[in-house]
Amino acid sequence: MSITGLLSIFLAAILTNNYILSKFLGICPFLGVSKKLDTAVSMSAAVIVVMVVATAVTWPIQTFLLDRFGLGYLQTIVFILIIAALVQFIETFMKKNMPPLYQALGVYLPLITTNCAVLGVTTLNISSGYNYIESLINAAGSGFGFLVAMVLFAGVRGKLETADIPKTLQGLPITLVSASIVACSFLGFGGLVDGIFK
Amino acid sequence: MAKKQKSYGEILTAGFIKENPVLRLVLGTCPTLAVTTQAFNGLGMGAAATLVLIGSNAVISLLRNVIPDKVRIPAFITIIAGFVTIIQMLVKAFVPALDSALGIYLPLIVVNCIILGRAESFASKNKVVPSILDGLGMGIGFTIALVLMGSIRELIGNGSIFGFVVNNGSIIQPMLILILPPGGFFVFGMLIALFNRLAEGKGKEPATLSCCNCPQAASCMKASEGGCE
Repeated sequence: MSITGLLSIFLAAILTNNYILSKFLGICPFLGVSKKLDTAVSMSAAVIVVMVVATAVTWPIQTFLLDRFGLGYLQTIVFILIIAALVQFIETFMKKNMPPLYQALGVYLPLITTNCAVLGVTTLNISSGYNYIESLINAAGSGFGFLVAMVLFAGVRGKLETADIPKTLQGLPITLVSASIVACSFLGFGGLVDGIFK
Repeated sequence: MAKKQKSYGEILTAGFIKENPVLRLVLGTCPTLAVTTQAFNGLGMGAAATLVLIGSNAVISLLRNVIPDKVRIPAFITIIAGFVTIIQMLVKAFVPALDSALGIYLPLIVVNCIILGRAESFASKNKVVPSILDGLGMGIGFTIALVLMGSIRELIGNGSIFGFVVNNGSIIQPMLILILPPGGFFVFGMLIALFNRLAEGKGKEPATLSCCNCPQAASCMKASEGGCE
């Protein structure tokens, strides 16, 4: 696999196939914790870590265990249990060995078990037929895409705080409508990555 | 329970409109936005999630006195994942078109917060029959919301409903953007606004995305900061 191929996977995961804005994975944290920039960044950092580690573990298990013994149908159960155990493990490890990092990211870790973006990226890596390196790059790219969308949207929400919004649209509705406009801008990236690496 | 015992009918119908999981409790937003490009996909997703809900609610209710409190979330997830796998195999075998339309969102029913949320807040505290009714009611409410959103997006974005063409461009040019991702956010926002307006008329609170509805609230420090128990 060439460097350009990996780069194109990475960029596509951030821009054209953004997990939040075009695949609708991880909407809960996107709407829930994007109010402040610092929480948005911490949450995304935790998501990036869990996505990469989860991919690093689930890909070999799928390839060398489930596929080899014809157990592909167990994918969903096995993956969600691995993710749950991993998140628990990362949390315990961070608490003991990296207390400052745990202070910053730890609170978001339990939420990530049931974040569809993590199960989504591990499943998509398998169904897209990526090899190990490509899967890891895709996971990292997807995580960064999550970060980009969260940071951009935190900025948009900052502006919304002071805007004069009709009463019916206040709160969640206007948040969704502004998410729609942010998603529109990401539509503009369609075809960009393919164009660069042609 | 200090509250008045609810009748079976009330438990069943609560999820339809009053406590609609999508439009009032704002749970399960990911599949709501992702699969509702067509009304039929919404119906299929709703039906699949309803079957999982009924099954997981029934089993979790049966096991509610056996599962230790500390490991209940992983135990619930395992039970839910089992039912999702069954549904996944059934859909693959009998409705392959739906399987390819829903794609990755079918296995992702596992992490749909509606299902874990009902397990945590209802099935783990109630007997089997009410739990099954609750699962059925919430599933129907989820399906109603998905079909509603799918119909709106398909009608305006593609000029058809459930695949029947009602507007082939002669009345008004279909607005493709409603089928694209931004349209999902927009229609969902407008539907929530409409439901908030209706709820306001009855003197109820508008729907908010609060940590209190999240199934993880019990184990999350941020949720208690946000004022949930």
